[in-house]
Amino acid sequence: MANMRRLGAFAAFTTSAALLLAACSSGDGETTDPTDSPTNGEAEQSAEPVTLTWWHNAVAGDNGENALGDYWQTVADAYTAENPHVTIEIEQVQNEDLQRTRIPLALQSGDAPDLFQAWGGGELASQVESGYVQDLSETLADDIERLGGGVSPWQHEGSTYGLPFTFGVEGIWYRESLFEEAGITEEPATMDELNAAVQALKDADITPIAVGAADGWPAAHWWYNFALRSCSQDVMAAAGVDRDFSDPCWVQAGEQLEEFLGTEPFQDQFISTVAQTGATSSAGLVASGDAAMELMGQWNVFVYEGFTDGTDEGIAALQDDLGWFPMPATDGGNGDPSAALGGGDGFSCYVDAPPECADFLSFIVSDANQMEFTEATGALPVAPAAADAVTNPVLVELAQVAGNAEYVQLWLDTSFGTNVGGAMNDGIVSIFAGTGEAQDVVDLMTAAALTE
Amino acid sequence: MTALEASGTGTGPATDAKASVAGSTPVTPAAYNPRRDRRRKWLEIVIFVGPALLLFLVFVIFPMIMAARYSLYKWDSRQPFELAEFIGFDNYTRALMGGTDPETKEIFWKAYAQPFWNAVGNNAQIIALSMLVQLPIAMIIALVLNRKFPGRSSVRLIIFAPYVLSEVVAGLMWLMLLDPRGPVTEMLAAIGISDPAGGWLEDPQAGFWTFFFIVSWKYIGLAIILFLAGLSGVPPELQEAASIDGASWWQVQWRINIPLIGPTVRVWAFLSIIGSIQLFDMAWVLNKGGSTGQYSTIATLMVDIGTQRNDGGYASALAIIMFIFSMVAAITYMTIVMRRDNGARAGKGA
Repeated sequence: MANMRRLGAFAAFTTSAALLLAACSSGDGETTDPTDSPTNGEAEQSAEPVTLTWWHNAVAGDNGENALGDYWQTVADAYTAENPHVTIEIEQVQNEDLQRTRIPLALQSGDAPDLFQAWGGGELASQVESGYVQDLSETLADDIERLGGGVSPWQHEGSTYGLPFTFGVEGIWYRESLFEEAGITEEPATMDELNAAVQALKDADITPIAVGAADGWPAAHWWYNFALRSCSQDVMAAAGVDRDFSDPCWVQAGEQLEEFLGTEPFQDQFISTVAQTGATSSAGLVASGDAAMELMGQWNVFVYEGFTDGTDEGIAALQDDLGWFPMPATDGGNGDPSAALGGGDGFSCYVDAPPECADFLSFIVSDANQMEFTEATGALPVAPAAADAVTNPVLVELAQVAGNAEYVQLWLDTSFGTNVGGAMNDGIVSIFAGTGEAQDVVDLMTAAALTE
Repeated sequence: MTALEASGTGTGPATDAKASVAGSTPVTPAAYNPRRDRRRKWLEIVIFVGPALLLFLVFVIFPMIMAARYSLYKWDSRQPFELAEFIGFDNYTRALMGGTDPETKEIFWKAYAQPFWNAVGNNAQIIALSMLVQLPIAMIIALVLNRKFPGRSSVRLIIFAPYVLSEVVAGLMWLMLLDPRGPVTEMLAAIGISDPAGGWLEDPQAGFWTFFFIVSWKYIGLAIILFLAGLSGVPPELQEAASIDGASWWQVQWRINIPLIGPTVRVWAFLSIIGSIQLFDMAWVLNKGGSTGQYSTIATLMVDIGTQRNDGGYASALAIIMFIFSMVAAITYMTIVMRRDNGARAGKGA
């Protein structure tokens, strides 16, 4: 009898489950119907409801603040207010998870977000070759022209596959008070002056430069800058396309790095230091005044702010004491001394995304919104018309250096793509650790390029 | 229905057809029908084994076959597999010997074979050190703890705690403790043990030993608990008899306890070897196998190449090589070392 009762309960469960399933599927039918139809190309005329999915990397920092994420929400709200038939579903994902795992898997599965973060360079080229991203060259021709040269990392073989919303160059951040303490009066403009500054800081018992070599890329950026000074623009550009590293300038970059490491400019155990996490990271050391300098991109002002107590006074005090100068020129070498390394963030549209995706992307990078973006987040915009909105004095200087640069080279690892870029960074870290040589970096890159 | 009813009422080993045919109390007269009995047996096998087998096929066998296939291709794993190019066993020769082309052999050796053999060497060192260091330490602690004393269960709990701790939590904890400005580093410096030039974890030479220390800290608890369980199965009369005959504590351990927990030790060693070959999480959490690969393993190398550098074919080849290593180690160990135990058990059963 007990068995019978259990069986009855089981039957009741299956019946209710079946009803539930039926309810779900009919519900699905109602919601998927309208979102499907716009992809058939009738969206704008009929203004039928469209849902855009949007994946970006603005997540809350350690202190729970998420200025950029909040700003993206207001942009989405503003767009949907103007276009009531559009619903925007935002997903915020941590940068490395988004770039290395979520986006590649979503693209391969064929169920990708409509609008997603794109870093440009070799990675975007790989996505383009796979047919994953929309060619925006014609639809957004006006925006591409308005934004200017900053768009080039999001272009591949003459076509544009994404638009940046922020772009900046890197240089050396420093604490003015520590420079003063060491008796340094001028920002170093040559390697000799930088070496002299390092010695002066050491004499004053101050750690000259912090580097987060445990993360790999922060150490690699030193090599990139030496490469930028020793390789001509043509060699650089050619390497980005055909992955040819036979020019001796690539080995020279490593030799310059070895020579620089020989002056012991970095903090103790830099190979064990990470870049951004915790008070003992390289950014933490500079923010707390334990180290004087750090080579980093434009974003680092926000990383430093994260180490203050978060009050307006705390941030103002830090900004007051924060200086910036471009990477010094080296002796010899075929590179232009004014050339700068840089990078940015942008968005691309999935190949099957509805036409609203490109329209929304155009809205994101409009002059008015770029201005608001800068006011809301303090970050550097791409639209020249929004340049006046930058208030942070260091970022103003940084934007000027970028504007006056002979050319701006995209981060080499981004430019060469994950495979060659990863091999390059591994080789450079070995130089920092003292286990590798200048030639190794070139060999590792060449070997990786041969496997592609 | 009948199958469910029968198994529910618990008529002995339902899958053992011989038993019911031989006439252990049948539930219904129908069970006498041998054909129906066989059908029921198969139905039960399908119902009970089917779902697990299906999961096994979908999530273990199928991915293995796919990995074997991918390993024969040049494939940027961000791109659809249709764009991949068949290259035969090139990925394998690249890992094992730097490829076959004499022109590129030198740089391929440096870029691929050297990191691979470095990782294999680290795996091998960890296996050897587990046997030489972890085994004796765990054995001594287990023998010392194998008696009644106040607070025994708390001590056991403390010893076992690292093993239960999540690998990621433990890894992050050690990262913070061993940071160049971390508490452990400063405490050690205070008693005169200064950290190596590159820091405890990232120093090209010392990093491996720090890593081995952390792994031992994490896993020695399992060995101790297993040995204690084995020791609790040793009949106390034997130890008492030996004591009465005048054997010292050491003699009792050496001649009675250790030989009698031999099977447990051999099973632990087996688990330890397979675990060492597949070691991944801790090395990855600490810093992806180390900034110069000082504690990289085949698994961290594989994940690094596959997910960070998107060389899907080469990473798949590493996966297959690791699988072969594990299988060869398992089969060799089974046939040479554990044959005794299995043979003994089979003998008893017969």
